[in-house]
Amino acid sequence: MMDHLLWLIPAFPLVGFILLALWGKHLSRFWTAIIGAGSVSLSAILTLFIGLNFLSSTPADGHYSQTLWTWFEVATFIPKITLYLDALSLVFVFVITFIGALIHIYSVAFMAADKDYARFFACMNLFVVSMLLLVLADNLLLLYLGWEGVGLCSYLLIGFWYENPSNGYAARKAFIITRIGDTAMAIGLFVLFYQFGTLSIPDILALTPTTWHEGATITTVTALLLLAGGVGKSAQLPLQTWLPDAMAGPSPVSALIHAATMVTAGVYLVARMHVIFQLSPIAQMVVAGIGAATLLIAGFSALTQYDIKRVLAYSTISQIGYMFLALGLGAWTAAIFHFMIHAFFKALLFLAAGAVIEALNHEHNMFRMGGLKSKLPVIFWTFLVGSASLAALPIISAGFYSKDQILWYAWASEHGNTTLWLIALFGAFLTAVYTTRMLLLTFWGDAKTAVSHYPSKLMTIPLAILAFFSLFAGFIELPHNFGHLTLFSDLLHQVLPETILKAGIHGELLFQLLAMLVTFGGIYMAYILWYRKPQLTEKLKQSAPLIHLYRFWFSGWGFDQVYQVLLVKPVVFIASINKNDVIDKFYQGIAILMVRLNRALSFTQSGSLRWYIIGLVVGAILILSIQVIL
Amino acid sequence: MNTPIAIEIVMLLAGLLFVLGIVGVIIRKNIIFMLLSVEIMLNAAGLAFIAAGSRWAQPDGQVMFIFILAMAAAEVSVGLALILRIYHQHRSLDIDKLKEMKG
Repeated sequence: MMDHLLWLIPAFPLVGFILLALWGKHLSRFWTAIIGAGSVSLSAILTLFIGLNFLSSTPADGHYSQTLWTWFEVATFIPKITLYLDALSLVFVFVITFIGALIHIYSVAFMAADKDYARFFACMNLFVVSMLLLVLADNLLLLYLGWEGVGLCSYLLIGFWYENPSNGYAARKAFIITRIGDTAMAIGLFVLFYQFGTLSIPDILALTPTTWHEGATITTVTALLLLAGGVGKSAQLPLQTWLPDAMAGPSPVSALIHAATMVTAGVYLVARMHVIFQLSPIAQMVVAGIGAATLLIAGFSALTQYDIKRVLAYSTISQIGYMFLALGLGAWTAAIFHFMIHAFFKALLFLAAGAVIEALNHEHNMFRMGGLKSKLPVIFWTFLVGSASLAALPIISAGFYSKDQILWYAWASEHGNTTLWLIALFGAFLTAVYTTRMLLLTFWGDAKTAVSHYPSKLMTIPLAILAFFSLFAGFIELPHNFGHLTLFSDLLHQVLPETILKAGIHGELLFQLLAMLVTFGGIYMAYILWYRKPQLTEKLKQSAPLIHLYRFWFSGWGFDQVYQVLLVKPVVFIASINKNDVIDKFYQGIAILMVRLNRALSFTQSGSLRWYIIGLVVGAILILSIQVIL
Repeated sequence: MNTPIAIEIVMLLAGLLFVLGIVGVIIRKNIIFMLLSVEIMLNAAGLAFIAAGSRWAQPDGQVMFIFILAMAAAEVSVGLALILRIYHQHRSLDIDKLKEMKG
């Protein structure tokens, strides 16, 4: 039976991590690469086997599960290490292991010159283990273990080049900001445990509809606490500021952790606990609102960045905003579909950007790139495919099918309305503009920096595979009026409910045409502004209101500055006042008093016998006289 | 027959002897004299027991005195042996020269 092999999926990278962490220094680069990339590749192959088995003969109860051992026992609280694979986790496990394996293979070449080769692969393997635990967990406690594990690996890998202090700062920032969300999520788990006496996900999902009323305060509070965890991890408003700085890590890290997998953990959490969100219309509205606001804000910021990786970072925030919007709309399968497609094309874009950066001798600035179309043809074509998918180029790219679904549901779902639809549509326009801008600046125009080295086969083959999926993965789910293929949503409807549409909605074709028009409009605008008439852009940049707006967007809407003033400064100020720890003064006082007393009394220990005897006699007289008097 | 001496006078004598002993231990420099003074204190205690025993016509007082006598003998033998060792080691019996603590 396939479910007995489930434990092997996280076990392979775990063994890889242990080997590399313990003996990494003594292993040759060749063996480090074999262990690091091989372990994840084995997991990917095993996932394919288990996945095919799952698809061909889906078990009657819709999931495989395997209990490995009991974690601990405290009274009635007995969490078990149980792996639970259903359609939703299958999609995530597939993305984690498959894209993870491609990124590991790419890293073998990309990190080849780095002195901490083994440390890199050890952290990457540990990340894959944690992420797999997160999505395979059967109870929320195990999920939380994976949740914290990926946070730790994210910290370790953002600060991978720790010699540069600003990288360490970026790592700490990411860790602390996500921790804010994690704390809220932990409180959410406490509430769930207090209410249900268990943290088992299937039990909670089964109990919630009968125990909690729709729209009750407790439901909303719990949903919002869980959402806060997701918002922190997925870099959504208002905790999004860590992700652009997280680009300090190596490009494969950005591709794996900060684009494809970890940052979508929030999407997974909300989708996994969808029953609670369905019971709270307020919470669901908040999810949609956060998603819509984030996708717009990050879209504007992406438009102004000059660092190619920061453009991609903001675009990731924006695309995850789309996923949250879809979750809020009740379009559960659309969110997960966009997650999968996004994982393909965004991993591709990050890896390709990493290859470009390496080829240009660590040049991040797009304005100093250019003309790479003919020099790096493989990178160019794969990047083009990834960009097409990101910009949702109609019909041919996978991104079109996933994003079009969300746009359609923003209008047609029972939670949808005109505002959300307009925001989503405008976000699509922004996406097309900044994607085209990035593509034009990097690959067209004059060459401004010489290419110093060319990517090897190990780097281009994963790019080609990801490009294939970025183009064709969308065809497993086609719109109702165009093929009407629902392979993906049929699979996920085993776990997630169907999207409820408003009554009497027509004209899907019209909306699709509008979305196409917007995409082409965005591409054309970017073409005019950054290719045909760059002097017009320069002139626009000079005008007073625009330059302020530009700076405002460039700094990520001033969130960092606001947090600096509101939170960082007061904390640092209090810390500086309390540098010598006020409470510690009391205990220091006791210690000082004891030392003084010791000094004062030590002269009585003179060694002079007569003084001891006098002391004895005086003491005896005192005690006797006290007894006589009393 | 001798007239019995009032117990108050014997007790006064015992107290006097005891104080003499204490003063001797405190002010004497020579260890042998200090040991001697301790013996005086023991005998003062013994005298008080005897007087008390005869006053209440109980044998306990004399039992205690024999006990003190035995103990004093043991104490003196151990004390003298120690003094002998001290003299061999330090070539002096002056208590003030023997202190080694710097307190």
